[in-house]
Amino acid sequence: MPGAIHAEGLVKTFGDVKALDGVDLDVPEGTVLGLLGPNGAGKTTTVRCLTTLLRPDSGRAVVAGIDVLKHPDAVRRSIGLSGQFAAVDEYLTGRENLQMVGQLYQMKAKTARARADELLEQFHLADAADRTAKTYSGGMRRRLDLAAALVVSPPVMFMDEPTTGLDPRNRQQLWDVIKNLVSGGTTLLLTTQYLEEADHLAHDIAVVDQGRVIARGTSDQLKARTGGERVEVVVHERERIRTAAALLDKYSLRGPGQGDTSVEEHMRKITTPVTGGAKLLAEIIRELDTDGIEIDDIGLRRPTLDDVFLSLTGHAAESAQPAAEEAAK
Amino acid sequence: MSAVTESLRVASPGNAFSRSVRDSLVVAKRNLIRMVRIPEVVIFGLIQPIMFVVLFSYVFGGSLDVGGSTSPQVYREFLMAGIFAQTVTFATAGAGAGIAEDMHKGLIDRFRSLPMARGAVLTGRTLADLVQTALTLLVLAVVALLVGWRTHTSVGEVLGAFGLLLLTGYAFTWIGAVIGLSVRTPEAATSGGLVWLFPVTFVSNAFVDSSNMTPWLQHIADWNPFSATVQACRELFGNPGVSTSDAWPMQHPVWASVIYSVLIIAIFRTLAVRKYRSAAA
Repeated sequence: MPGAIHAEGLVKTFGDVKALDGVDLDVPEGTVLGLLGPNGAGKTTTVRCLTTLLRPDSGRAVVAGIDVLKHPDAVRRSIGLSGQFAAVDEYLTGRENLQMVGQLYQMKAKTARARADELLEQFHLADAADRTAKTYSGGMRRRLDLAAALVVSPPVMFMDEPTTGLDPRNRQQLWDVIKNLVSGGTTLLLTTQYLEEADHLAHDIAVVDQGRVIARGTSDQLKARTGGERVEVVVHERERIRTAAALLDKYSLRGPGQGDTSVEEHMRKITTPVTGGAKLLAEIIRELDTDGIEIDDIGLRRPTLDDVFLSLTGHAAESAQPAAEEAAK
Repeated sequence: MSAVTESLRVASPGNAFSRSVRDSLVVAKRNLIRMVRIPEVVIFGLIQPIMFVVLFSYVFGGSLDVGGSTSPQVYREFLMAGIFAQTVTFATAGAGAGIAEDMHKGLIDRFRSLPMARGAVLTGRTLADLVQTALTLLVLAVVALLVGWRTHTSVGEVLGAFGLLLLTGYAFTWIGAVIGLSVRTPEAATSGGLVWLFPVTFVSNAFVDSSNMTPWLQHIADWNPFSATVQACRELFGNPGVSTSDAWPMQHPVWASVIYSVLIIAIFRTLAVRKYRSAAA
């Protein structure tokens, strides 16, 4: 049985730019898929195709068991969309915003109002319910936007970069809201530029680049493909860097003398890939101390989106084709 | 999938027409709330026509020839139909800018992802603009009375003239909707919504007697849809300067004005809804 979100061979071209070049996706019911990729990779275009905002040139998509191309209006009744920008009317109060959306989901005015109050409570906006959204902070607007997407408790949700532009505290808060939502059984497709976010929220991750899904798997699987974690050490005295590098090389992934360890002399920095996490880090610190090597900084680096990208595509994440996103506007 | 069937039941579409009316009213209400909360927009919308009333009355009144008379009082009565008509067409810019702003802020995307009637966002907007136009006309009529404008016909005819003005204004907001959906920024919609209105409203019988124009220009002015509304209002108000041109719209201005407005609505509403359906912010 196909999942709650299913797409096959989605293609969308804007002028000369192929924004989607055959995207295949499958999200089982009640799970979260993180669509991970840089700006212009095709994440937003994918979401727009699946939420009936954009008609793909070819391919097919089924959302909540309904064919997106054949019955877009039925799909709209079963989905909630929280777009890249908090799409709330800033001159309406929080309550008015939610009530309007409820009515446009064809609820009766009274039902819509009751539902609005419920959501305001749930999203910690009850105190600000009668203030215009203009007075809201970025985090509050995001929460209101998310609440608007949840007015009918749709079985399938789409969130396009829900935490972009939020500070860490608000991001954490929104993550909690999303986790809560998912634990209620909602199927969610979420796009993000942050591996950390996908890591926190998604069961599965699909990496998108230049309009294609280039890798998929759990976050652990992707990180493993990227080469796992590394230890980075910055030594205090440049003269001791060779000694320190030799010491670290013993712990490198492929063992000493295999060329795993890299040294940047001018930065006094040594990097070596490892497995073993924090325990290993403690051991390395002890050994450096025993040898009397003073260090300015030491840390365990986990793969970032850039690392995943670099290893999967051979190019860095940020520079990838911002033109495609522009063309989509 | 039980969740799906349940959500389908929650939102049964009902009769398509009643759904469309209901959705349009929900959106209109939203735009009216905005109007109350951003009164600057309404106030600035009033300043320009009031300025025109005062400036044209006192600067041009007395030096322009209307039907053989250069009396300032005659010009003032002549002028008001023109100013009223120009004012209602300027609602175009507001509609365009509002819709462009909704696109820009992602609200159009939100609306398009909802199971609502397709044209409702635009109909709601144009209805709200109609309310604003009516308010503007009311204030303007009071100012016009203060500077000496008078009507010389029955209440029914005067109300009929205002009805025609509202219909014309409503038709023009649909042109604004198309402009708003075609440009990238609200600023572009404002200027793009106004620029072309100057030739349309000036190459007409609004401010000068078109029989004083060179023949080819008079021809354009006589067939200008905007002139039909002005001529109809003058006739219905019993104001001086009714054109004696034998061009059909000048001979049957009320009919011409209604036909032009209905045509504009039919064409531009179709275009606007089509653009809305494929809109990409």
